[in-house]
Amino acid sequence: MLTDRLKSLLRGQRETGPAGPPLGSPKTAGPPRAKSSPGKPPQVATRPSRGLEEFFSYIRGQSGLTILDLGGATQQNVSFITGLGHRIYSENFLQVLNETFEGEETGQSNPGRIDYFLRQALDYPDGHFDGVLIWDVLEYLEPALLTAVVERLRKIVRPRSYMLAFFHSDIKVEAVPVYTFRIQDVNLLHITQEGTRNPAQLFNNRSLEKLFGSFESVKFFLTRERLREVIVKV
Amino acid sequence: MWNKRREDETPRPVTPPASGAPAGPVAPNPVEVKKEATTVSSMPVGRIEPEPSRSSGGSATIGKAVKIVGQIYSKEDLFVDGDLEGTVEAMEHKLTIGPNGTVHASVKAREVVALGTIQGNVEAADKIEIRKDAKLVGDIKTARIIIEDGAYFKGSIDIVKPEPARVAAKPQPAPVSAAVNQAAPAAVEAKR
Repeated sequence: MLTDRLKSLLRGQRETGPAGPPLGSPKTAGPPRAKSSPGKPPQVATRPSRGLEEFFSYIRGQSGLTILDLGGATQQNVSFITGLGHRIYSENFLQVLNETFEGEETGQSNPGRIDYFLRQALDYPDGHFDGVLIWDVLEYLEPALLTAVVERLRKIVRPRSYMLAFFHSDIKVEAVPVYTFRIQDVNLLHITQEGTRNPAQLFNNRSLEKLFGSFESVKFFLTRERLREVIVKV
Repeated sequence: MWNKRREDETPRPVTPPASGAPAGPVAPNPVEVKKEATTVSSMPVGRIEPEPSRSSGGSATIGKAVKIVGQIYSKEDLFVDGDLEGTVEAMEHKLTIGPNGTVHASVKAREVVALGTIQGNVEAADKIEIRKDAKLVGDIKTARIIIEDGAYFKGSIDIVKPEPARVAAKPQPAPVSAAVNQAAPAAVEAKR
């Protein structure tokens, strides 16, 4: 009996151990919220971005395109995109996510809530966008919601257009930094980190390929900050 | 004694409440803020709100206790700190939505400054500023845009290059004292 008790204790320790969330399975129930460190100023950095450069290389030389930015409205991104002659749609994806799933017992798996979320955040006609700046928001979605969001993105983006998404490459972390991405140039990002947040899922190359399996192509760039920059062709 | 007091409190003719449909044609200047002798709300009486800064050309103000349903055409700067539903046009002037302002309307102005909430499409010929804590849900057409960190915006932004300067400027009409004209019947409701 003592042996059984010891075994169950050990099993419990292993289950709550320091390892990160299993790939492709939800880590936490309910919406993961950002944890800000009080009194700590936001960390700011500027770094080159191959993913961004690649994204802009596809839309360079064109104007009047419609770009969706899921990171919320920032002066820099609005000015940069509109300065290239494009129209920008801003969507504060994480804010809508928090508001929709706040206090939801079943996490992000309730079909009614998922439907409501899609209507709030991604209610656009098919083929409406010529590009999407997803940034890192997909990491905070649990499997059911993630599948629904990726499917909706595939519909609202015009075929042969591109999307840029970021994923943390360290799959053993408990919490990931929360960034605001501001475009400084076609290959330069100004990044502000404000606190950390628990990701719902973490991805390796294989799981990312699986996630975007229905798209035409997926291309990866690894940054020094252990971020995977992913260019997805619709 | 009681009778005399009742006479003092005899209400003046009051505009209908905004909740229902506009009740028939209204006089040309229906924007009338009712000063009530008895307060119904729990707001402190006699509290004076600081006036917003005004441009030198003068401006009209819709206070935070005012609700307007209808169309507004303004020939001077307009400061909206109350509730507004319908349309607002101030084509050659500045429209400011104050921190308490809630606008459910399509908006056209030379310049728009949002500190409160706007739900509707906005056309600002010169520029639009969305200040910290402001909320704007709608599509924007403008020549310039300023978005402060902390502002919430959902919608599209179209940057429209300003038209070249006009060849001959029209002579300015004489200043009009009551610049807020209501083209359509409007219901006005005092919140207090």
